Amino acid sequence: MKRLLKGGRLVDPANGRDGMFDVLIDGDRIARIGRDLPLDGATVVEIPSGYVVCPGLIDMHVHLREPGQEHKETVATGTAAAVVGGFTAVACMPNTTPVNDNAGVTEYMLKKAAEANLARVYPIGAVSRGQKGEQLADIAELKRAGCVAITDDGRPVATALLMRRALEYASMFDMPVIEHCEEQTLKGDGVAHEGFQASSLGLRGIPSEAESIMALRDISLSSLTGGAVHIAHMSARQTLAAVRYGKSNGARVTCEVTPHHFVLTDAMLAAPIPYDTNAKMNPPLRETADRDAMLDGLADGSIDVIATDHAPHAADEKQVEFDHAPFGITGLETAVSLCFDRLVHKDIVSLPRLVELLSVNPARILNVPGGSLADGAPADVTILAPDLSVTVVAATMKSKSKNTPFDGWQLRGGVAGTIVGGRVVYINESAHLVIS
Amino acid sequence: MKKDLLGIADLTPDDIYRVLETADAMREVGRRPIKKVPTLRGKTVVNLFYEPSTRTRTSFEIAEKRLSADTLNVAVSASSVLKGETLVDTAMNIEAMSPDMIVLRHASSGACHLLSRICKSRIINAGDGMHEHPTQALLDAFTIKEHKKDIAGLKIAIVGDLLHSRVLRSNALLLTKLGAELWVCGPPTLVPPGIECLGVRVTTSVDEAVRDADVIMMLRIQQERMQGAFFPSLREYFNVFGMTKERVKLAKPDTIIMHPGPMNRGVEIASDVADGPYSVILEQVANGVAVRMAVLYLLAGGVEDEAAA
Repeated sequence: MKRLLKGGRLVDPANGRDGMFDVLIDGDRIARIGRDLPLDGATVVEIPSGYVVCPGLIDMHVHLREPGQEHKETVATGTAAAVVGGFTAVACMPNTTPVNDNAGVTEYMLKKAAEANLARVYPIGAVSRGQKGEQLADIAELKRAGCVAITDDGRPVATALLMRRALEYASMFDMPVIEHCEEQTLKGDGVAHEGFQASSLGLRGIPSEAESIMALRDISLSSLTGGAVHIAHMSARQTLAAVRYGKSNGARVTCEVTPHHFVLTDAMLAAPIPYDTNAKMNPPLRETADRDAMLDGLADGSIDVIATDHAPHAADEKQVEFDHAPFGITGLETAVSLCFDRLVHKDIVSLPRLVELLSVNPARILNVPGGSLADGAPADVTILAPDLSVTVVAATMKSKSKNTPFDGWQLRGGVAGTIVGGRVVYINESAHLVIS
Repeated sequence: MKKDLLGIADLTPDDIYRVLETADAMREVGRRPIKKVPTLRGKTVVNLFYEPSTRTRTSFEIAEKRLSADTLNVAVSASSVLKGETLVDTAMNIEAMSPDMIVLRHASSGACHLLSRICKSRIINAGDGMHEHPTQALLDAFTIKEHKKDIAGLKIAIVGDLLHSRVLRSNALLLTKLGAELWVCGPPTLVPPGIECLGVRVTTSVDEAVRDADVIMMLRIQQERMQGAFFPSLREYFNVFGMTKERVKLAKPDTIIMHPGPMNRGVEIASDVADGPYSVILEQVANGVAVRMAVLYLLAGGVEDEAAA
């Protein structure tokens, strides 16, 4: 079956394209890109003027919670949220129950993803067996089963020695080690960014240096081993400085930032809802200077990727004392609107640069298909509506969990439709896409 | 005043003065042969305490009884929280029995804000984690005013474990709102980052903090903090930060020494200072009842005239 995406601005930085091009999809592949392509028996999707067609977005940091915590999210609900958010693929973290440290768990995740048949799922395996930080997991087996990277996310790789071994060993498979940077003795039992807000609310602090110290360790070890390290969910300006230092010295380091860390600050701990547990995440929301540093890093190219760290939690788990609430918020269904509203429309990043952050670079770092609409590439396409007026409504989200601090926010820009492997898996009813 | 008393942060200087004036009237009740007024007759007050407390709980209970409220104490131990129901579930169960007020003491900062969002009952914060202890700050202010008349312009030194202290935070907010010159002093490991943004002066020198002070307020050093390696030993702490007679001599001749209790004699305060002529520590306890009566009364929606009825 052929489908022709007609009209609209094609933004495909991997192939140097930005302009009015049509996209012809044949089956699950891109067949042709060109201006005013003939119908050729294809079903037409009329792209309204002002809309953008780009390679499918890839969220390289999500928690799908399955197996083990299906009350928070499943692969099916998580990938349903993904396609609503414009993501054609997600990479899911191994801190499930049991931990994804063996082929059995990886295969189970992939089986669930195939059943759901929405977004592509790329499992990320554990660095260490049980994420215990003692012994490397069977990484070759994980790779063969379909894992694209390794991480002990939720916690850092426990020791410098284990991190060294992981970087060395994973380099054999061209897999990056994704690091949750956190020096755990400095973090202690902290629950919020260490600073005036936490002090005045009486919350135990997590200093920025808990993150940057670990990033510096890992960047040094990347230089030592030649292995690729990817710094997950960067939050502190000190960490960004560490990444810049590493890049300028030739270390194989890349990094990501979440929308909440470039939109929110720790002021959210106090207002509008004091002690809002939807303002509790790890790493914590930091100060204005950190938030602004993240915007600088996005603007100047120091930051490679925007990823959501989608971390669903059930409502009753979050409706507890701030100290006792789990860390994390959902992110898949709000990311694109936040990126448009806070980055593109504020002229912090251009649209092609946004596509690099959300598609091209995650594909490159994880060595997965996508990030490109070249002839013959998989037909994973996201259609964006840059000026769509969006009201965030947590209650109607597809994710099983509704723990978002953005409920009720009015944002400019959103997702019009999502195509995975040539199949239209999501059409936003308010975006007026016409399929004939 | 608002529906709840969650912290000094929510009070205006006028609110504070109103509590202090009302407390003055309430104290008179405690001096009568029959120490009881019918003000809160028919009102149910639940003292929900998730942390052990002798002074604060007793003080609230006496205050409630003097106002003729029906009061009951629910003490929840930390261990039963871990295996038991959530704070929200416990509160909703209590709510189902239609109390008028819940006095909450809890180890987690913000616990009162959580209840405030879900409960119809009025919530009084009797200490939440490291956040606030508003009735303590109000009774401290009442005690200071008794001795010094006007709080504005006083030099007040607070010395001790600033980091973990809800008494510090409530007092810092209250005393700066009323125009005191507030100095806070403790080892750098126990100073909350950014605390100077509250408008206080931070020093590690006790002598500097205490010199010419009108009021010296000592904060408790909790023995369990030793685990966190915040300072080398209790002995060294006393040597560097303990309030001794010699240090008190640096203060104004009519200075007063305060302590929210419970005291560690020989750790943050020498026994002869705690029991000495400058100490108003037991007056603080006595005033606590009157101040809590005032808070209960004002939150119950009373008007001044009924108070002495």
